[in-house]
Amino acid sequence: MLPNELFGISNAWENRLSIVSEARPICGEGFAPKTVVFEPDRPLSTDGGGRVAPLAIAYETYGALNAARTNAILLCHALTGDQYAAGVNPVTGKPGWWEAMVGPGKPFDTDRYFLICSNVVGGCMGTTGPSTINPTTGKPYGLDFPVVTIRDMVRAQAMLIDHFGIETLFCVAGGSMGGMQVLQWAASYPERVFSAMPIATAAKHSAQNIAFHEVGRQAVMADPDWRLGRYQEQGVRPEKGLAVARMSAHITYLSEAALQRKFGRKLQDRSAPTFSFDADFQVENYLRYQGLAFVERFDANSYLFVTRACDYFDLAADYGGSLAMAFKDTKTRFCVVSFTSDWLYPTSDSRAIVHALNAGGASVSFVEIESDKGHDAFLLHEPMFIATTRGFLDSAAAARGLAAHGNSR
Amino acid sequence: MNFTPAGQSAQPLDHPRLDLAVIAEMVAPGARVLDVGCGDGSLLQLLAQKKGVDGRGVELSQRGVNECVAKGLSVIQGDADTDLADYPDDGFDYVILSQTLQATRRPRAALANMLRIGRRAIVSFPNFGYWRVRAQLAFAGRMPVTGHLLNHWHDTPNIHLCTIRDFVELVDELDAHIERGAALDRAGAPIRFNAPWWVWNLFGEQAVFLLERGGKRS
Repeated sequence: MLPNELFGISNAWENRLSIVSEARPICGEGFAPKTVVFEPDRPLSTDGGGRVAPLAIAYETYGALNAARTNAILLCHALTGDQYAAGVNPVTGKPGWWEAMVGPGKPFDTDRYFLICSNVVGGCMGTTGPSTINPTTGKPYGLDFPVVTIRDMVRAQAMLIDHFGIETLFCVAGGSMGGMQVLQWAASYPERVFSAMPIATAAKHSAQNIAFHEVGRQAVMADPDWRLGRYQEQGVRPEKGLAVARMSAHITYLSEAALQRKFGRKLQDRSAPTFSFDADFQVENYLRYQGLAFVERFDANSYLFVTRACDYFDLAADYGGSLAMAFKDTKTRFCVVSFTSDWLYPTSDSRAIVHALNAGGASVSFVEIESDKGHDAFLLHEPMFIATTRGFLDSAAAARGLAAHGNSR
Repeated sequence: MNFTPAGQSAQPLDHPRLDLAVIAEMVAPGARVLDVGCGDGSLLQLLAQKKGVDGRGVELSQRGVNECVAKGLSVIQGDADTDLADYPDDGFDYVILSQTLQATRRPRAALANMLRIGRRAIVSFPNFGYWRVRAQLAFAGRMPVTGHLLNHWHDTPNIHLCTIRDFVELVDELDAHIERGAALDRAGAPIRFNAPWWVWNLFGEQAVFLLERGGKRS
């Protein structure tokens, strides 16, 4: 079935969909990301008692590492992000996910810093995950892939950073699930993180967020083409289920104000309701498009694994229930950022992180950015967010003794 | 030197605002300092440069926080009325509240929290007992507007104004002890003579107090 037969998507979005459809390779097929492979003698042991070996980590870098190896920044991607933070994503043909923030003269200045971004373990953009062939069976892992945690993702990233010969990262930054990785980095490897930017994130996944993820997973697993996760071998894909999962998740990334401004109750290319279940409203058409565009680029089993990793995240639980203990005596400089209209990771979640950092005596800045764009604001062009990030990184760079690059400002 | 009202643009570090210089003088070198209502970070910068303190700030306005973060200061967006409660006991050596006490909803609670978070607190505030203030009310029959009280009664953020005498009474009630105190003249310079409280209360346009937790001086 062609993807656009799934929902009978119409007109404007259809045109955009055809652009997406031209870039066919999905989840590791037909494109060759930069990859480091750790052979079975260096396995990734997971929190759940599993083992990933061999472990491939797909990554992208921007800028140049200085001789002292002191200017490296690790960017951690969100739930369905990938290693293509900047430049052009070879799978979607679209700009990288943090194009607003990464590039020459931008806050994460590629003329000044060496930026590393890797696909998380369990992902589907070249790093080992459920769609990878299991060497013991010769078939895709599917649900035999070990359930991974945020800490497992960070362990894998640390292996990559070791591979680059980088002792201390100048900064670890990321939003949403990426922000969870930032917090985990600061807790697990405090001496390797000079500065940290956890953005639009939380130290634990809330009950509401677990609930939304469960809706998404159930949608995937209810698709008859999911086949208990063995769809690859049977030549099908649970596209309907995954698209519905994305549609419901996408609502949580926005805000009522943003939806109202963008769509309101406007009808899609019609002057009156059709009294049917067509996508009468623009917002319906938009969501259907988002679902379809997503299944073009993402693997359904990976979606199960990455959402699960978020659900299990509760940093304080690893430190006797005290988040402050996770950051006790840390030397890392923190800049915590939240957005006013983000109801998925609300400001109260960021404040909890700030309070724990304060209690632990950490150097911490906290800014709540005024925005009506919801959780997705951290990916968009928000001038105050950009100014804050620039200021924080500049001062951290001065403290780290990094020279300002000639044309970096 | 002209006086710059609190919260407005700071002067260069080699010519700091006089009231900030008075506060900075009260801080021991290398101390851990929390500046509540830190504005654009002028005082934190001054303290870092002159006293080598490990400074942190709390500021209500996003603009202020952004300016501070851009200067490399560790500042949290927050409210003195609600957020001080979350700080642990004895987290800092000094907690500073500069020209902010009168704008808090619960000044007593704010002061009590400061003396819990730090062993010492430094508070500066406009003195409502200043003779010009008294004169405006007494003779013109109007709510006072002075160099320190710039707003009219209907748009002022200063909802809890007090005199030096009132403040000293609150300090007593909180069982804190005044280690040092200074009344500042119109230029922001300390009044350099020993005088009874009523003189300070009459001639000081603003006041700065260094308080210490626990037990009045006998």
